[in-house]
Amino acid sequence: MVAVTETVDQVELVEKYKYGFVTDIESDQAPKGLNEGIIRFISAKKEEPSWLLDWRLKAYAHWLTMKEPNWAKVGYPPIDYQDSYYYSAPKSMDDGPDSLGDVDPEILDTYKKLGIPLHEQEVLAGVKNVAVDAVFDSVSVATTFKEALSKEGVIFCPISEAVKEHPDLVKQYLGSVVPYSDNYFATLNSAVFTDGSFVYIPKGVNCPMELSTYFRINASNTGQFERTLIIADAGSKVSYLEGCTAPMRDENQLHAAVVELVILDDADIKYSTVQNWYPGDENGVGGIYNFVTKRAACRGRNAKVSWTQVETGSAITWKYPSCILQGDHSVGEFYSVAITNNHQQADTGTKMIHLGKNTSSKIIAKGISAGKSQSTYRGLVKMMPKAEGSRNYTQCDSLLIGKECGAHTVPYIESRNKSAKIEHEATTSKIADDQLFYCRQRGISEEDAVALIVNGFCRDVMQELPMEFAVEAQKLVGISLEGSVG
Amino acid sequence: MLEIKNLHARVGEVEILKGLDLTIGSGEVHAIMGPNGAGKSTLSYVLSGREGYEVTSGTVLYQGKNLLDMEPEKRAGEGVFLAFQYPVEIPGVSTMNFLKASVNSVRRYRGQSEFDAMDFLKFVRRQTKVLNIGDDMLKRAVNVGFSGGEKKRAEVLQMAVLEPTLALLDETDSGLDVDALRIVGEGVTALRSPERSMLVITHYQRLLDYIVPDVVHVLADGKIVDTGDKELAIKLEKNGYARYAEAAA
Ligand SMILES: Nc1ncnc2c1ncn2[C@@H]1O[C@H](COP(=O)(O)OP(=O)(O)O)[C@@H](O)[C@H]1O
Ligand SMILES: [Mg+2]
Repeated sequence: MVAVTETVDQVELVEKYKYGFVTDIESDQAPKGLNEGIIRFISAKKEEPSWLLDWRLKAYAHWLTMKEPNWAKVGYPPIDYQDSYYYSAPKSMDDGPDSLGDVDPEILDTYKKLGIPLHEQEVLAGVKNVAVDAVFDSVSVATTFKEALSKEGVIFCPISEAVKEHPDLVKQYLGSVVPYSDNYFATLNSAVFTDGSFVYIPKGVNCPMELSTYFRINASNTGQFERTLIIADAGSKVSYLEGCTAPMRDENQLHAAVVELVILDDADIKYSTVQNWYPGDENGVGGIYNFVTKRAACRGRNAKVSWTQVETGSAITWKYPSCILQGDHSVGEFYSVAITNNHQQADTGTKMIHLGKNTSSKIIAKGISAGKSQSTYRGLVKMMPKAEGSRNYTQCDSLLIGKECGAHTVPYIESRNKSAKIEHEATTSKIADDQLFYCRQRGISEEDAVALIVNGFCRDVMQELPMEFAVEAQKLVGISLEGSVG
Repeated sequence: MLEIKNLHARVGEVEILKGLDLTIGSGEVHAIMGPNGAGKSTLSYVLSGREGYEVTSGTVLYQGKNLLDMEPEKRAGEGVFLAFQYPVEIPGVSTMNFLKASVNSVRRYRGQSEFDAMDFLKFVRRQTKVLNIGDDMLKRAVNVGFSGGEKKRAEVLQMAVLEPTLALLDETDSGLDVDALRIVGEGVTALRSPERSMLVITHYQRLLDYIVPDVVHVLADGKIVDTGDKELAIKLEKNGYARYAEAAA
């Protein structure tokens, strides 16, 4: 119980920043724009060793030679990378306002609709044994349960702290799954990343509690570039969840994160995301550009990774959590719900790269489009020559609400091993009038009926979420589809 | 309780109900019989407010209120229940969840307290026994993969937990074997009460052996063309609807 209270208190502390920050808090910011000097500024702020600064600078030099990708089915005006702040941190933890009175009522209203005054609090208050790392703009402001976890040898801390306290681990694994040169946004992240979580689960340890990170973009005109690194040593197991929110603003803000997972022999990582960044208003003004690179390397035999994502927010989502199945008998899973409404755009999916023998992967992707939104599933399944006896099963279902939205499925399949098996199924459907009428005849309002039917459609994915978060995710489904019918 | 006067309704361009009159008192059970395509289901949809079923003239008073003004969910809240001729599948939504969402919605509307999960389970279990519905059926998705008999029993279960004032049963006997018919018939009969009126639409009089109606009507070509007691149903079964078809033509 003590531990739970601690979590709630910590988060309340964070909550004060969450709202007041926009107007009165003093923040420590790097000058606007992006150049080598800014990168040195960030590195100095974090008191980093020179190897890391060198790595950042290498990434930056490489980024300058790269072009922004345009193959995704998303459209947006050119991003001016000089018109943004790359570092912003609250100056002190005591400067927040005492009351929530000056919070945008629309944000409060959203939380009220969720049945909770404050988003993170609800999740945490009702649940035991969830450790939290709260990342606020460019810094981690609180990490809970660190002591309890360290008794088991589990390291859970901000990555900036890990650089200092566990430099060997960071040096060994940072960029080992997503190299600095990987892609435009990952390379940018490598140059300017500010904070994020670091997790190490030692050999044979089953992490005694859920770990989670809450990302919050608060300052205006600021990009968030967090970097998460999780290492599951041989025979270990961990379940990790990330949640994200941002205030409503007219401007578009860039969120370009990198997540690297390393899974060794017989280890198991379950990584769940409930992404609820501000999606922009009903006319498509504002919202977060969520351009994220997530990748897991199953390096060991029998290594297992499972990505579960519920993507309801962001103006644009561009993300493909992937699995490199290198160890023999390793397993990769991807469960995804992507909901787009109004003018949101989502281009999301996964990559399953089968390298080892008898590796298997499973993809269950559910796309729901409403309003004028566009949703694309893009997935790659690749069987390499040595992936003897490997198999993949992909199921991709799209649900359309209304007549102005679109759903697209783009599967890429590449098999270089004759013994590998790949199965792909895809469906597109609409919410039928008779389903809506049936619900309404039973007293369920049209909006509740849509939420119910959509949650049913997503069930196979929702049930993969840790129970405590599934309830929240179900409510989010309803909220994000508000106004989509009638 | 329910007073329908000179009701005309159409689907698309075609007029289906052509001046229908029907009055049902509190606690009464009325049966409506009639040939295929007579407009029986159309009547049930008009009363429950389905989109696309357009009332062109006439009135429907329900408990003194204009029923036709209300949204479907409001009618449900006011106590109108329709057991569908073809119950609709909702994949991924367990029957139990659906029942709970539905019951709590109407309870909210009626100013009653909502059930929590435990109380609700107890409440439902009181009804499932009579209808021979096991917990496994409640876990399955709404109507998905249900047999004909399971679908109809599930409809009656919904009726039981929603505690309607006016229940419309549209061919709740179709597709049932003898045993299932008995279960459904007895289940419905157990729900008869002085405050609950029922309109039982059926093709065959066999259901009426279990649910004995106070009044029997014949609906043909969009109108009530004959009204009588239980004997009328037996006569219809023997002689068919041919003479009404001629009368209507
Ligand atoms: N959605 C619809 N679109 C077009 N015609 C319909 C529709 N529903 C019913 N009808 C027509 O209306 C008439 C009455 O149908 P219905 O009310 O289902 O009859 P019953 O239930 O008595 O068999 C039939 O001729 C049928 O073809
Ligand atoms: Mg019919």
